[in-house]
Amino acid sequence: MRVLAFARLRELLASGELTLELAAGARVSDAWRMLAARHGALEELANSTRFARNGQIVSCDTRLADGDELALLPPVGGG
Amino acid sequence: MAERTSSARLSARALRRYSRHLLIPEVGLTGQERLAAARVLVVGAGGLGSPALQYLAAAGVGRIGVIDDDSVDETNLQRQTIFSASDVGRNKAVAAAERLRGLNPLIAIDALPLRFGPDNARDLVRLYDTVLDCTDRFPTRYLISDACVLERKPDVYGSIFRFDGQVSVFGAEFGPCYRCLYPEAPPPGSVPSCAEGGVLGALAGVIGTWQASEALKLLLGIGEPLIGRLMLVDTLGANVRTVRFDRDPDCIACGARPTIGDRPLLVSDEEASTSDVPEVEADALDEVLRDAFLLDVREPHEAVLGSLDGAVQIPASQLEGRMHELDSARRYVVACRVGVKSLWAVTRLREAGFTRLQHLQGGLLAYAARHAEFDFF
Ligand SMILES: [Zn+2]
Repeated sequence: MRVLAFARLRELLASGELTLELAAGARVSDAWRMLAARHGALEELANSTRFARNGQIVSCDTRLADGDELALLPPVGGG
Repeated sequence: MAERTSSARLSARALRRYSRHLLIPEVGLTGQERLAAARVLVVGAGGLGSPALQYLAAAGVGRIGVIDDDSVDETNLQRQTIFSASDVGRNKAVAAAERLRGLNPLIAIDALPLRFGPDNARDLVRLYDTVLDCTDRFPTRYLISDACVLERKPDVYGSIFRFDGQVSVFGAEFGPCYRCLYPEAPPPGSVPSCAEGGVLGALAGVIGTWQASEALKLLLGIGEPLIGRLMLVDTLGANVRTVRFDRDPDCIACGARPTIGDRPLLVSDEEASTSDVPEVEADALDEVLRDAFLLDVREPHEAVLGSLDGAVQIPASQLEGRMHELDSARRYVVACRVGVKSLWAVTRLREAGFTRLQHLQGGLLAYAARHAEFDFF
């Protein structure tokens, strides 16, 4: 599955685009946990980040399918 | 001549000035008259407010309110193009209003040199038709959104971080609000502001200009505003995409059973956590450091240009793994660049059992401003 990371998360993941291999039936929260296990610094954005599956913002318990695109959208506050 | 030559509301001079709008069928004379009758409030005259204000004024929006309690700093000039070098030190709302009056003497500008806060939010929003969120702080973003939901006004939102920008329109009739998109504010220090993390100046121009464009669409009633859509601008990849989002039925502001009452909430994690952390003012730092250690939590790229002798340097991003280098029996003054990340670091250190902690108010920037020999930016 293709993962797109924006703003602060692109920096913390050191990449704007990565690929994740998820088990069948995995949810958005599983994808996040997998990434957070590799990059501990993600933890502080765990509660404020929103997720878009194929261009629609969804809840953490939404199931993912092979071929989905998941965008990680942390809050951006500067002005 | 397709151009109309008389208008109940617009003078001959105005018709000439706005002729390139009058030539667009979607605007025309009717649209230009609507703009002349419109009132827009821009909260924040900074990186986003600079382009937004200038395009709204040039477009002939009849009344523009600009609210900002901050003053122009030399470091603002890299992106806040509404100001001249000679404006440094002046209040932003006052300096911006002066520039806008010069740009378009046919419109009215309200200069509001105040903080947009919970006590004045609703009253201010009520006076205008549309609000632009051009602020630099999360608590104010929630406040603007709540006030717009309560007053049923659209909230044209823009935000920036380094190379990334977001634009959306909240609170419009039946559309979601900022809390529907981001119900929870990030912990203080986790998402750096422009002053902390830096920002590409031109990105502020892109996003602020896009906010002006969305506001003009709303006022004119044309096109497809970004209601229920979040636009993501990635400058480095040169990609722009939009994602859709829905109104949250459980939203505490615009949901089925709102709990914010009739007063907008100030989600002020920053203020809340500040209140119980002892602060050291920049003027008192040298004195305090006679029997305390300075813990400098700036990231390496922030610290390259200067530090204080004897400071312990552990970047905030490495704090978790390097706490063992600190001695909890010692007294530490935690400092970062502007005094936000240091608050976060104090919280983490307290959780780990450290008790003798203070934080440097305003960060090392505030200290540098008082010590010419300590030169970094
Ligand atoms: Zn809402």
